[in-house]
Amino acid sequence: MSILVDESTTFIVQGITGREAVNLTRECLDYGKGAKIVGGVTPGRRGRDVHGVPVFDTVAQAVEHHGAPIHGSVVTVPPAFTKDAVFEALENAIKLVVIVTERIPRGDVAQMVELAGERGARIIGPNCLGIIVPDVIKMGGIGGPARDAAKSYSPGPVGVISRSGGMTTEMSSTLTAAGLGQSTAVSIGGDAIIGSSYAELMPLFEADPETEAIVIYTEPGGRMEAELARWVTDNDSRLPIVAFMAGRFMDEMPGMSFGHAGTIVEGKEDTASEKIARLAEAGIVVAEEISQIPEIVREQIAARTARTSTSGKTSGLPLASSPGGELGGTAS
Amino acid sequence: MRFFEYESRAIVAKAGIPVTKHGFAKTALEAREIAKEIAGPVVIKSQVLTGGRMKAGGVQFAETPDEAAGHAERVLELEIGGHMPRGVLVDSRAAVKHEYYAGVVWDGIRKQPVMLFSDMGGIDIEEVAEQHPDHVARGHFSTLRPFSDWQAKQVIASLGITGATLNRLTPILAKLARLFLRYDMTLAEINPLSELESGAFVALDAHMDMENEARPRQQELLRELGVGDEETRQAREATPFELAGEEVDAQDHRGVAGNVTEFDGNLGLVIGAGGGSLTLFDAVRAHGGDPANYCEIGGNPSVRKACGLAKLVLQKPGVERIAVMMSIVSNTRVDIVARGVIKACVELGYDPAEKIAIFRVPGAWEEEGFKILDKYGIDYADRSMSLDGAAKRAVEKIGTGA
Repeated sequence: MSILVDESTTFIVQGITGREAVNLTRECLDYGKGAKIVGGVTPGRRGRDVHGVPVFDTVAQAVEHHGAPIHGSVVTVPPAFTKDAVFEALENAIKLVVIVTERIPRGDVAQMVELAGERGARIIGPNCLGIIVPDVIKMGGIGGPARDAAKSYSPGPVGVISRSGGMTTEMSSTLTAAGLGQSTAVSIGGDAIIGSSYAELMPLFEADPETEAIVIYTEPGGRMEAELARWVTDNDSRLPIVAFMAGRFMDEMPGMSFGHAGTIVEGKEDTASEKIARLAEAGIVVAEEISQIPEIVREQIAARTARTSTSGKTSGLPLASSPGGELGGTAS
Repeated sequence: MRFFEYESRAIVAKAGIPVTKHGFAKTALEAREIAKEIAGPVVIKSQVLTGGRMKAGGVQFAETPDEAAGHAERVLELEIGGHMPRGVLVDSRAAVKHEYYAGVVWDGIRKQPVMLFSDMGGIDIEEVAEQHPDHVARGHFSTLRPFSDWQAKQVIASLGITGATLNRLTPILAKLARLFLRYDMTLAEINPLSELESGAFVALDAHMDMENEARPRQQELLRELGVGDEETRQAREATPFELAGEEVDAQDHRGVAGNVTEFDGNLGLVIGAGGGSLTLFDAVRAHGGDPANYCEIGGNPSVRKACGLAKLVLQKPGVERIAVMMSIVSNTRVDIVARGVIKACVELGYDPAEKIAIFRVPGAWEEEGFKILDKYGIDYADRSMSLDGAAKRAVEKIGTGA
């Protein structure tokens, strides 16, 4: 099983004739069981094709050509046109929109997210690389060409959620090398406002029987980690979460932006050390190094299994047998 | 990007929010003229993009134009938190009856803007929110539907404010909410929003931050304010090294070799991408390393760009070696990065095997890249070496000397 997408998912690529989009289309067609890309949209380019995918002027034409509702869209158009493209997808009943484009002003993102909410749709991104279900489907540039993606991703029990596209692959590759595959990996984007946060994806992973643990990559800036910590505490989650926090040095440099648009320390709540403390309080183990993640994940899964089989119930409390003082709770 | 107070005042006034009579002066002479025009007691305020002006002596009171000129002369020479002032704001000194706070910010969790309003203005709003939460009202609003004044009224009225005061404050908060969206602000704040003895409500101080990503579509406002593209308005001013980094990034449109930030260590970093750079910079420091710089490469830069960045870092005084490290790349090509950094070493007369402490960039086109690295005898690693392991190796090499 997986979340968000599976082998039957159909999607289009908006802005398909752009250089990066052409590559992305090839990658998705080649990967796993082959993505069902049922069309592409670039205004004025109707009648062409990209690697055999027919190009249309409008989303409506693509839907009509397909003859059935289309599940998703990958949006790769320039920032000034992204809002319009996303609105077009949403108004044509597309329910999953992956926005690859970066440098979109927050006001536009907020409008897209609000409309998606009204239409019962979900947005992933912006400024993200998309979603991958190992050996099945990838929707977006995540992992790169099919051959490269196959080196980093393998099927298994770990759900991955990351604010950095590149680090989604780095962490998954580390898990894969240690024999721990991924159920689904989602690059959620590094901006201050994004369509789907950690806490918003957790219920999907929670409902996926194949997922046994979650690994997240986090950064300073924003309150998404606090939101996740609250979600975990409030919902008595069955899934252990292992987090990696990058950008600890930024705590000493408030007001400076590094990495992604969303990473800027503006208040005391969005520093790395504050976030680490929040996550640890909620029983989320924060790894000091990425190479430690597989071992911690294994220990956490084993501890959950042992406790579930003895008590028959999981609790949201931190594990007594977690790697504790050495690796866990790195709050400074 | 942050605006100076005099610019924020101009933005507020443009939105139809009343302000006191004031002017911006770059010289003591200009300050005297503005004070003369105001024809009453004035405040001289240093225009710097940092807090703590009052404590540093950057805010002075004057009764006469001559006194104003004297204060302006001193304030214009006064460095505050490492910043020299852009000029001074000469503002009329008004008799204040009561101070309010009005602000609009983004709520990243609700994904909507939120109005903040308090009847305890003049102090830091976070402090008020902590100590007197019942004196701070909040109201989220839609970005899809047009803003309507009742939304501002509801927020203010929830504090128990009524009568003429409510009706005078409502349009001010409503205008602030509208300007927040119209000008792509990330923060729009009036503090204090003052009720004067005369009964007028005016913005006595304002603080505006605009989203960098919105600068291309806010050219009209920026032109009006005289803010050029070259003004980055970061928390600290760009160093010559950082400006040179921007030049490297601007030389072509292929990929990114940007966000170069100067530090004073001996290990040069050619690192990427966004998240990888953050992780690697932490890792270098965790192993006791002393980075000479931060940077982000990604998006498949050209050989020329990778070479330009590596040269810049190699030539930075104090840099002993460089470490070329990235998280697994899927778009950027390993062979291109390898060619770029080797070219930089060779062109500067260095042996790449000596100058490059470690090359850890796995991913797309890695076989081709590794071949080139082999040829030059460079210490490189594939994905089996962690980011942390690569950082450690680089730091160890610096420790043993060249």
